[in-house]
Amino acid sequence: MIGFDILEPYQFEFFRNAVIVSVLAGAVCGLIGVYVVLRGMSYIGHGLSHAVFGGAAAASVMGINYFLGAGLWGIASGLLIGRVARRRIIGADAAIGVVTTASFAIGLVLFAVYGQAHKSLEASLFGSVLGVGRGDIIAVLVVGLVTLLAVVLQYRPLLFATFDPDVAQVTGVPVARMEALLMTLLSLTVLVTMRVIGVLLISALLVTPAITARMLTKSFGRMLWLSPLIGSVTAFVGTNISYHTDWPTGATVILVGAVLFTVVFITSGAKGRRSVDGMDHHAEPSLRAA
Amino acid sequence: MTSLIDFVHVACGYGGSPVIDDVHLSIARGEFVGIVGPSGSGKTTLLRALLGTVKPVHGTVTREPNVRLAYVPQVETVDWNFPVTVGEVVLMTRTQRPWPGATKDELSQVEALLERLGLAGLAKRHIRELSGGQQQRVFLARALLQRPDLLVLDEPTSGVDVRTRHEILHVLTDLNEEGIGIVLTTHDLNGLAAHLPRLVCFNRTVIADGAPLAVLRPSFLERTYGAPMEVLEHGGMPVVVDGNLGDFSRRLKAKTAS
Repeated sequence: MIGFDILEPYQFEFFRNAVIVSVLAGAVCGLIGVYVVLRGMSYIGHGLSHAVFGGAAAASVMGINYFLGAGLWGIASGLLIGRVARRRIIGADAAIGVVTTASFAIGLVLFAVYGQAHKSLEASLFGSVLGVGRGDIIAVLVVGLVTLLAVVLQYRPLLFATFDPDVAQVTGVPVARMEALLMTLLSLTVLVTMRVIGVLLISALLVTPAITARMLTKSFGRMLWLSPLIGSVTAFVGTNISYHTDWPTGATVILVGAVLFTVVFITSGAKGRRSVDGMDHHAEPSLRAA
Repeated sequence: MTSLIDFVHVACGYGGSPVIDDVHLSIARGEFVGIVGPSGSGKTTLLRALLGTVKPVHGTVTREPNVRLAYVPQVETVDWNFPVTVGEVVLMTRTQRPWPGATKDELSQVEALLERLGLAGLAKRHIRELSGGQQQRVFLARALLQRPDLLVLDEPTSGVDVRTRHEILHVLTDLNEEGIGIVLTTHDLNGLAAHLPRLVCFNRTVIADGAPLAVLRPSFLERTYGAPMEVLEHGGMPVVVDGNLGDFSRRLKAKTAS
């Protein structure tokens, strides 16, 4: 293409940082996304990102470090959501909806009142991959490594608790602890990738690579490396396209993921499509004895 | 026979009134016990109390020290869309070694188990690609990898055809002959329960406990199911038939005649 140099943006440090952070974000979201999708937690992921936004807004306005303020808020929300989702009394969907949208609303009010003075809030809402610094890269890298370590070191208990929580509990797997671990990892992932992709789109990066990977494999082990790979490639391609087209980066990454999903959906045939049937976007906690 | 599990005056529930009450039951090592009762009678709660996932609100459940229990869930509760192969399902129970991959020893154990249960060469298949009987046996293999003293099965023949039911019964009998104790729940009075050496009629509490011929009696069955039932004997085996169907037949015949 005339006047189009694919390597041109790489001369800028901000773009190199953007590519690194989005590829890392794609990988970590793809990894934790496997559990999000298979446990029917997509709605929780979506709600959690909205809840964390409230914490980010509060931290920003109060002058507290973003990661500390939003992080504590996020983990507290995550654990609360996990707890609520295990009960059937209220209905998990409704309870999550109330908790997370209330938190999001706090963020929106604070944004409306103090938004001009706190630009970082806008970044949280829509993502600002081109404005990331070294701190953001380190944060995503650390959370990615922690998640990877947890997934490897607790591979079988996490798989068992995800596939068959009732029997896992009988077999001695600390199911509640595994759920808390996953919610903590999910909260941390949302926290560090939110500024890259944005609150409004982060749940798509949690879900799309994992569900695309699911259509390509019937093995949990393979899905676990395929999904982060798809997430990274999606983020890499999306970030590059966004530079050349001047489209918002978060939205472009998500659109690339959606296109890839569509291609796989069409080409994988009925068998692949059937494998994602029943992967509900709403949490359906199993009834387990306390 | 030494007792593996002892229920003494046990009541369990989930808040509110107890789901099971005043349960006295003793399971000896190597026994094969069937539990029958209507839906909502507390059979699953009884199994949970036996396995230790529900604590009694009254009474005590005593287990032999270091007893190994393994649970096979109803296949209807399994998520057949979950991306797991047969080998992955069987190995997931080995959580003492929590990381991915399998040791040579684990692989050979899984291979031997699959072969024993007639699943040789299926380790890499997705669980959905198997027949009903094979699917049930995969979950049996997962439980057996724990080398249990007592195997607890929830409705192992629910929703399966006659051939698969025979297949499952044969496998369970083989395991029992090797010394593994078996406790299962079932709705299938004639196809499964009547063939077992010991039967427990259960509805919130133990109504009757003993050999099928002693337990499958109209009075016990009516107390268990809340509906009249008749029992015939065929070749030394009890055969249970619904007691009030004559009225339905008469009415339907009368309707057809008019």
